[in-house]
Amino acid sequence: MDVLKKVPVREQDPKVRAANFEEVCLGYNIEEAREEASRCLKCKNAKCIAGCPVSIDIPGFIREVEEGNIEEASKVIGKYSALPAVCGRVCPQESQCEERCIRGIKGEPVSIGKLERFVADWSREHGIKPEANPNKNGKKVAVIGSGPAGLTCAGDLAKMGYDVTIFEALHEPGGVLVYGIPEFRLPKDTVVKTEIDNVISLGVKIETNVVIGKSTTIEELLTEEGFDAVFIGSGAGLPKFMGIPGENANGVFSANEYLTRSNLMKASRDDYDTPLIASNKVAVIGGGNVAMDAARTALRLGAEVHIVYRRSEEELPARVEEVHHAKEEGIIFDLLANPKEILVDENGWVKGMRCIKMALGEPDESGRRRPVEVEGSEFTLDVDTVIMSLGTSPNPLISSTTPGLETNRWKCIVADEENGMTSKEGVFAGGDAVTGAATVILAMGAGKAAAKGIDEYLSNK
Amino acid sequence: MFKILKKEYLADNIILMDIEAPKVAKSCYPGQFVIVKTDEKGERIPLTICDYDREAGSVTIVFQTLGSSTQKMAAYNEGDSFRDFSGPLGCKSELCTESREELQKKKILFVAGGVGTAPVYPQVKWMKENGYDVDCVIGARNKDLIILEDAMKEYAKNVYVATDDGSYGFKGNVNDKIKDLVQNEGKEYNLVIAIGPVIMMKFVSLLTKELGIPTIVSMNPIMVDGTGMCGACRLTVGGEVKFACVDGPEFDGHLVNFDESIKRQQMYKSEEGRAILKQREGDTHKNGGCGCGGDE
Repeated sequence: MDVLKKVPVREQDPKVRAANFEEVCLGYNIEEAREEASRCLKCKNAKCIAGCPVSIDIPGFIREVEEGNIEEASKVIGKYSALPAVCGRVCPQESQCEERCIRGIKGEPVSIGKLERFVADWSREHGIKPEANPNKNGKKVAVIGSGPAGLTCAGDLAKMGYDVTIFEALHEPGGVLVYGIPEFRLPKDTVVKTEIDNVISLGVKIETNVVIGKSTTIEELLTEEGFDAVFIGSGAGLPKFMGIPGENANGVFSANEYLTRSNLMKASRDDYDTPLIASNKVAVIGGGNVAMDAARTALRLGAEVHIVYRRSEEELPARVEEVHHAKEEGIIFDLLANPKEILVDENGWVKGMRCIKMALGEPDESGRRRPVEVEGSEFTLDVDTVIMSLGTSPNPLISSTTPGLETNRWKCIVADEENGMTSKEGVFAGGDAVTGAATVILAMGAGKAAAKGIDEYLSNK
Repeated sequence: MFKILKKEYLADNIILMDIEAPKVAKSCYPGQFVIVKTDEKGERIPLTICDYDREAGSVTIVFQTLGSSTQKMAAYNEGDSFRDFSGPLGCKSELCTESREELQKKKILFVAGGVGTAPVYPQVKWMKENGYDVDCVIGARNKDLIILEDAMKEYAKNVYVATDDGSYGFKGNVNDKIKDLVQNEGKEYNLVIAIGPVIMMKFVSLLTKELGIPTIVSMNPIMVDGTGMCGACRLTVGGEVKFACVDGPEFDGHLVNFDESIKRQQMYKSEEGRAILKQREGDTHKNGGCGCGGDE
């Protein structure tokens, strides 16, 4: 074996997978995992740990994998992370743990994400569950939202002995894990369901169909319903649109709508009732992970798919692995192009999109080169469906119904990074509701920090 | 699970149900809606709240069997349960938030079209219970489609029924009746609240604009989540894009782009048609057809 290279991970063939929703990456088996684990140098002062937002003892669990003690490895990870099967799959490891790996200086870093995933999948297949804390402290905490931040915060608090109830607006818990990230990256019935069941087995209660701000308010939770503290992990689910002509035409969707129909409502399946229009040629506007997910979903539903992005490939915010997978499957990238208008037929349906070519100018405040329009370069793309994937912002429903809760000019809740404390007594927040749209693992890190903050607050009260 | 406490046919294909949903019943107001999902595989269907009983913990919904999902709902009976019942969603009617002083100045005509009579009812009831008299026009194609007339009469000062074919009450559509009230009977109104099919709300708004009467309509676009996370329900009001589920569902009828909304409502028409066919014909729908395999 070449120690400079990762043990390759098995994947579904691009031609086959482009027509199904099965998971693309098949993961390691135990032999492959042990071989990859042997590449780890088990550094004393391991830099990878600092790259992980929840500071997993990476060499610690990898040592157990190498020796074949997978159950032990699972316990090591379990001390730090509530959702390893998810994070092993969707974390951008290339810019986190794996970026700091010493192995990566000369060759490829250790495949930490794939090893974490292997451990979590093995544990699920062998029925290993986390153990509930039998010592309850009699204090009640409400968690708003059952996405990665809420699940992590709830899990940690339950382990500390708190009586935790999660309130979820939709009919299924999981947040972006169930409505946003598609099956082919994150299987729902196996992976996501098991991770949520694990949190429930810690003693956490989940109430679905409860819209905080409408069904009840944070104020009522703290006064009438007897909760000692509240954690807000309501995410950033409000989609942005461009504000160009034709955007309300039939066949124009937010990526949130398209993905919710397909993932949560299973619209592509014949035995489910929610419909999704059939498309021949789709343009997805944007270049983030959500854009890749929407594009690859539309492709699997039988369409020719174009990603339209105003900067160049280097600036694509999506994970490198996802862009690579999208290209392998046949997604067409129309880079340095920006829509000006959606063309609509007499019945109100999309019939095309007028775009303009872009060039990269001087770097802007974010350090990225600013795209500028190339005069006279307009062209028309014949499409029948447009999916807007321009990012999301926090839903104002909670902040607008909670007096005394401070928000910033992006409508994000203001919370202390160290302990999640907000401007309102007893109310903590974390994840995308605070940072705006970010990553699953950062939300988990924030959920973890807030659990610690809530524990300190209630212990000193 | 949310138990069906009562099921009653108001007309041939219009059904009223009382649902056990204490959390919704405790916090809902006229003008708001709920989302119902029958079972694991069902879709999320928005329905305006028609009545509620805070003490009994129940919420009343009224729906018309139009597509496959409402037909599926109609097959449920008393004692059965819906898997999901989420709400209250959307903003409460402005009437519930205005001061007494403002409300006293209002001379309101409610205009209810067909199954839209159901969401008008709690608003009329709310006004009466707070001490205000209002008038109401109920319109439908024919006598058999008029619903909740007696219930409405309990709370509205005057209830006028209009049928297109003249089989009951005034002969003509709701607009004909509004004109009759204002021009022939000398009635004075300074607010119209119209709820019914979009096409009706459009034409009522056109008429009241001519008559100079401010008008509120309750929009019913396609929805998925109903909490503001997808924009399926977006519409244009006064040139701005709004999400009906969080910004509405009630809007100024003189500012709504109705034509755009009507087109957006048609988006899944063929998909809905396919779903109904599938339900009626069962397995024969897929495997049968004309044999050309075009629908595979």
